Amino acid sequence: MARTVTINGKPREVDVPDEMPLLWVLRNELHMVGTKFGCGKALCGACTVQVDGVATRSCVTPVGSLEGKQVTTIEGLADEPVGKALQDAWLEHDVMQCGYCQAGQLMNASALLKRNPEPDERQVEAAMSGNICRCACYGRIKTAIAVASAVAKKEQADV
Amino acid sequence: MSEMGTVSRRSFLRAGALAGGGLMLTAAIPMVARAAVGGGDAASGTLSAFVTIAPDGLITITGKNPEIGQGIKTMLPMLIADELDADWDRIKIVQADTDAARYGPQIAGGSFATPMNWIPMRQVGAAARQMLVAAAAAKWGVDAASLKTSKGVITNPANGQTLGYGEVASAAALLPAPDPKALVLKDPKDFTIIGRAIGGIDSPRIVHGEPIFGVDTLLPGMVYAAYDRAPVFGAKFVSADLDAAKAMPGVIDAFVLKGTGQADELVDGVAVIAKNWWLAQQARAKLNTQWDNGEWASHSTKGYDETARALMAGGKSEETFRTDGDVDAAFASAAKVVDAEYHYPFLAHVPMEPMNCTSLCHPDGAMEMWAPTQNPQPGQAGVAKMLGLSPDKVKVHITRLGGGFGRRLTNDFMYQSAAIAAKMPGTPVQMIWSREDDVRTDFYRPAGWHRLRAALDAKGKVIGFDDHFITFDIGGGSYNPAAMGPDIFPAGHVPNLRYAQSKMKTAVPMGALRAPGSNGLAFVTQSFLDEVAEAAGTDLPTLVMALVEGAQKEPDTKGFAGTTVGFTPDRLRGVTKKAVEISGWGKKKLPKGHAMGFGYYYSHQGYFAEVVEASIENQRPVVHNVWAAGDVGRHIINPFGALNQVNGAIIDGIGQAMALAIEIEGGAVKQSNFHDYPLPRMPVTPQIHVEWVPTDHDPTGLGEPALPPVIPALVNALHKLTGKRIRSLPIRPEDLA
Repeated sequence: MARTVTINGKPREVDVPDEMPLLWVLRNELHMVGTKFGCGKALCGACTVQVDGVATRSCVTPVGSLEGKQVTTIEGLADEPVGKALQDAWLEHDVMQCGYCQAGQLMNASALLKRNPEPDERQVEAAMSGNICRCACYGRIKTAIAVASAVAKKEQADV
Repeated sequence: MSEMGTVSRRSFLRAGALAGGGLMLTAAIPMVARAAVGGGDAASGTLSAFVTIAPDGLITITGKNPEIGQGIKTMLPMLIADELDADWDRIKIVQADTDAARYGPQIAGGSFATPMNWIPMRQVGAAARQMLVAAAAAKWGVDAASLKTSKGVITNPANGQTLGYGEVASAAALLPAPDPKALVLKDPKDFTIIGRAIGGIDSPRIVHGEPIFGVDTLLPGMVYAAYDRAPVFGAKFVSADLDAAKAMPGVIDAFVLKGTGQADELVDGVAVIAKNWWLAQQARAKLNTQWDNGEWASHSTKGYDETARALMAGGKSEETFRTDGDVDAAFASAAKVVDAEYHYPFLAHVPMEPMNCTSLCHPDGAMEMWAPTQNPQPGQAGVAKMLGLSPDKVKVHITRLGGGFGRRLTNDFMYQSAAIAAKMPGTPVQMIWSREDDVRTDFYRPAGWHRLRAALDAKGKVIGFDDHFITFDIGGGSYNPAAMGPDIFPAGHVPNLRYAQSKMKTAVPMGALRAPGSNGLAFVTQSFLDEVAEAAGTDLPTLVMALVEGAQKEPDTKGFAGTTVGFTPDRLRGVTKKAVEISGWGKKKLPKGHAMGFGYYYSHQGYFAEVVEASIENQRPVVHNVWAAGDVGRHIINPFGALNQVNGAIIDGIGQAMALAIEIEGGAVKQSNFHDYPLPRMPVTPQIHVEWVPTDHDPTGLGEPALPPVIPALVNALHKLTGKRIRSLPIRPEDLA
């Protein structure tokens, strides 16, 4: 059925079944391919987006559940200061190898810093453990989150 | 050592003008190439690089090899740019398409690219620099030798005059290309880019989610395909309910493809085409495909294990592939014998980007493909053969790969994609596998079993060594991932040594997994030698050093990757001493419940010695620290990429040891996704301390050699905590009780 989904602040029209996962709506219908397919079962986190600011696995999120909600994808991450800070830290510390999982890592890290601007190492590990990096860039992901955390803390102070 | 000595005398360079003005330099360096990873047939190939310098000074370098995360698209241009004295910030790197005649080998595998390209890529840069300087010298009427270059600018120190590379590029294009033999490469102390930590060239695009991977390929009018294959290896198609699939919403077509019977080519299956992939998968579920499983449905991991155990216990092998001295006499005279059976399981590769390929059949029948493959040239040739086309009618664009690990050295997904698209001329089709397809249709790291025996004399010296290896008969082909080489350590360092093997029949497809061979053999040999060291009353680093005492460097060989430096005992000694030193081995006071284990391995021309500090919590291993000492020659070309490879390889190895196994039941793979094939996650990450041990050899690759030693280092540490040996992977809770 035809519906409107709000993605990165813009309403988008799609005509798909209610139960179709957001991931495939993004990738195949809207041609927004930054959000990645990894497992289809919410096991790897490659498809992580944010729904109303909360990290969400788009591969198991029916598009019918998104009425009135705000979806943020990797293509919209730079619009937020913390998102931008994470992207900069990712580049500064040359986090990635193949890079395929990194959209999901960034979206999850940004959701973490939104709810907890100064996570300790254990909190970072707990929050990020749903995101697999097959190249195992975990050490640098932790470092980059710590760097971006400073910006998140300042953001929170400014609010 | 003369670096020029490794370059073929037939090397040549060609210069030409760019259409819009500027210089284009092509290097073609004939070399002996082997067909594939570890392949046997020698054939001549050509290695090329392309550099263009536009009038505005922008330098474009063609990256010829597939980028799988190993950093090659950044690293090879660094070699060119340094000798060229280019400004790294004014360089654009473009990905080459598949073209063997133009680029020579284009393969991401075997940690080959660094040794293969170290000299030729620098020659390209040096030649371009020499031509630009010659053009400037002519313009100014001065001696070229008096001019200096830096960051894309030529300076005359006599008067301070400067010219940008772009300003003389068109004039340089009219000059003859220099003879590579006459080129003088930089003194390493003058390197400005080599040795600098430089971020991945594509990373800025990736953090913004731009389309860059194979599965991100978007073409006008593109449709999506799922491919339903037999769960049982070697099964043949019988029937499917195509009408049920076609009746599903959004489905465009469904059809059967008959395969060649070869797992690495086209296998029997049913293609379902739909307007999006999710709809294709929904329709696939209605196919109710029936298969003739044939003889293979009775095969299982349990069955292989029982057969292998019986073969090991029987002691009689099919074939001996290395014999030194008199092994039986050594064991007869031994004061002590260590005897143990080791086993490692099948493993899958599971790169994060599932297998996929996009193909478009043009009206004239020519096929255009967008393929995330580590090995594009055989893919192109194979697809051409399957479709009855000449290879020039199959155009293969190399996309970035969301991981490889060896999985994408095999191009079965390219055959499937092309066969599907050939049925739909004019429509681009993107075929995607589910993760379940990927886990169950891999070319697995072969499982292996080893009965090992060591004979010690009264002084604890190893006088005999015997390995009966139980592996699989996997038929022909130039590369056998289930083989063990005759030179595996400690061969050559024990006077009486026998390596023998016996093979089992199977239909399980097998292939190279990161550090192929070594990823299993390091566990087996270094864990067993730890047992031998204990029996001899010493520790593993001491034993390894004692084994190579007095050993001489082995001769160099010419091969696929240029010159391979023969095994050099001094390099083993260097990394072993360094790992012992930085870890505080045998000296450092460890927290209660912690222990250290050691592992050494030499693979892919790299030497690594690693120490793991581990404890046991809730019957699971916890790795706290890993110290790694690595020798890959005199330079670390890009410290960013190099450390990422070492860190990743170490966690990869730890993850394999802790949890990973592919099991066969009823001729099919039991595991299906990340819940039952649990890759390591962030909390596993230890502190990793890497120290380079530079030696005076040309640099070699880092995709693989840091992985093998961490596995024995981990199990050797756990043995110290429990007193029990772990002789089978992955580690089980009962091993730690």
